[in-house]
Amino acid sequence: MLNSSPTTPNLVEIRDVYYSVGGRDIFKGLTLNVPRGKITAIMGPSGTGKTTLLRLITGQIRPTRGQVLVDDQDVSKLSRRALYALRQRMGMLFQNGALLTDMSVFENVAFPVREHTDLPESLIRNLVLTKLQAVGLRGAYKLMPHELSGGMARRVALARAMVRDPHLLIYDEPFAGLDPISMGVILRLLRNVNDALAITSIVVSHDVDEIAQVADLSYILAGGKVVASGTPKALKEDQSGLVRQFMNGLPDGPVPFHYPADDYFKELLA
Amino acid sequence: MQQSRTTEIVTGAFVLFGFAALFFLVTQITNKEFTAGGAGYSLLANFENIGSLKVGAPVSMSGVTVGRVESISYDMQQYKAVVSMHIDAKYNRIPDDSDASIMTAGLLGGQYIGVTAGGSDQYFKEGGKFAIVQDALVLENLINQLVASFAGKKSDSAEETKK
Amino acid sequence: MFKALTKLLGNAVAAFGAITWFLLRILSQVPRALLRPGLVIHQIHNAGALSLVIIMTCGLFVGMVLGLQGYDMLERFGSESSLGSAAALALVKELGPVVAALLFAGRAGTALASEIGLMRATDQLVAMEIMAVDPFRHVVAPRFLGGVIALPLLTMIFIAIGIFGVQLVGVQQLGVDQGTFWSQMRGSVEVDDVMQGLIKGCVFGVACSLIAVYEGYVAEPTAEGVGRATTRTVVNSAVMTLILDYMITAVML
Repeated sequence: MLNSSPTTPNLVEIRDVYYSVGGRDIFKGLTLNVPRGKITAIMGPSGTGKTTLLRLITGQIRPTRGQVLVDDQDVSKLSRRALYALRQRMGMLFQNGALLTDMSVFENVAFPVREHTDLPESLIRNLVLTKLQAVGLRGAYKLMPHELSGGMARRVALARAMVRDPHLLIYDEPFAGLDPISMGVILRLLRNVNDALAITSIVVSHDVDEIAQVADLSYILAGGKVVASGTPKALKEDQSGLVRQFMNGLPDGPVPFHYPADDYFKELLA
Repeated sequence: MQQSRTTEIVTGAFVLFGFAALFFLVTQITNKEFTAGGAGYSLLANFENIGSLKVGAPVSMSGVTVGRVESISYDMQQYKAVVSMHIDAKYNRIPDDSDASIMTAGLLGGQYIGVTAGGSDQYFKEGGKFAIVQDALVLENLINQLVASFAGKKSDSAEETKK
Repeated sequence: MFKALTKLLGNAVAAFGAITWFLLRILSQVPRALLRPGLVIHQIHNAGALSLVIIMTCGLFVGMVLGLQGYDMLERFGSESSLGSAAALALVKELGPVVAALLFAGRAGTALASEIGLMRATDQLVAMEIMAVDPFRHVVAPRFLGGVIALPLLTMIFIAIGIFGVQLVGVQQLGVDQGTFWSQMRGSVEVDDVMQGLIKGCVFGVACSLIAVYEGYVAEPTAEGVGRATTRTVVNSAVMTLILDYMITAVML
């Protein structure tokens, strides 16, 4: 299985992963697949380790047990050099953009190109302006990151993430804290980028309705495992407790409204 | 681009300024007329006591620095301190019967070697050795002598009154 | 009590080990950082040129105070003529390197720590990692090098301006003879003394820059974390500077 041809249907495979930090178990036997060329959504209540999953996939941390395969390579067994080579084929969009504050928009998008290639300046310019045009911010190339709104910063970060035509694009909470217009823009970009560049996307989010519009496949994580998976439509109709609670935003259910505590009356009367 | 150029100019000016300060300190506030290690030759001298003479101390003739103390060691055969001096090449006519003494600059200043020219018409060569030397004056010894002679006189006079 | 003490000692040793690893990781990236001189120049500018005003101002006033106090003290022994040598030796060997390092920690060190801490807090460092760019090469090593190069130069400038300050008060105001002042100074200050000051500047440069980039890099990615990192930078730099100062002086005297 490990040596199968690069045409395996899944770009990312998480196999029976255990991970704990500070004595707290984050994942207890997590297994999920991210098919090539599709948009896969990872959803779940806060604190279920969605961001930790991204750090596993990008090789920032290693699982306690189990395998994380990206492009048929076990990320946790790669040398630093091989990991960096793999990361050159990934792009990641951070929650707040994570633009480098001391560079202009243009230089931010050009940064990965300059770092990894020796392309002539004219070519870099074309490349950067093309990507900025795709996110609709070619006119803003001179601005500094602190002059951008949250939505614009995220679009610039998207241009930067895809400037080297990655195979895999990872979005960490791309909709958090955006106004409806910016959200719509990001949604459209997400779909367009994925289809136009024929790449694979992973979107971590808990904005159920937005995800439903774009994702081909969704996973819901809870308690360190995948509790449900399928197309967003199928999940919407799933009647099992936690999925129903999460997809419909019910305050109480399998995820309790109350933080664990002693009996209410006993405590009051004590 | 313009901004990075300004940065470069300012940085260049700063670095030059720093080196100028270093140059000023080395040349203007130190006495750098003579540096050991230049062309020259070595002379030796054995002393019973060198006091607090240190490597690098000046060797002077009539107050002119002609060299520096190069190394100090102890000879276990003769039980004497061996001082090696580096003399500048241009002072190559020091008579070989000259004497070397360890002197103190000022009352409590650092010690240096004072060379007084002799009358010989042979000159010191590389590795030459001073035959006539005078040790450092050690303040404690001086005081001890003074106290001893004073005490001696006192007991003398005491005996005289007894008589 | 005993348990707390061993824990404290263990933490101190662990911190020392961590910072040593950190230094090795920086050093391994130094050659590659030097291939991009632009980044290093930018950091020399930030750490050095931007600290110049405070270094020069403080150097001048430290020198002037040294002139006043030195004159007052030496006058009691009737040896105000050695003001030049006394003040110059004090500046070159001790005051210059130490005060310059403390000012550097306050001005450039805190800036470094908070800058790197903010980059951590806003995911910029992780973003670089994901873009397969080692932040040690692109962020940490150039900043470290900038500080290491800047502080010895700042130290020399501080001393030179300080001597000018001593001269200003001693000669121009209190009437020590100009010729005596300089010749006394030249008579007692050796090139080795200046070198000792320079070596101290270099060592303090390494220590203060390392502490600043380390504290910034390991700062908790929150506003409080960055604040704490800058505080720790100043405190640790000051303590480390004084400890190292004693050690170097003991070795070199």
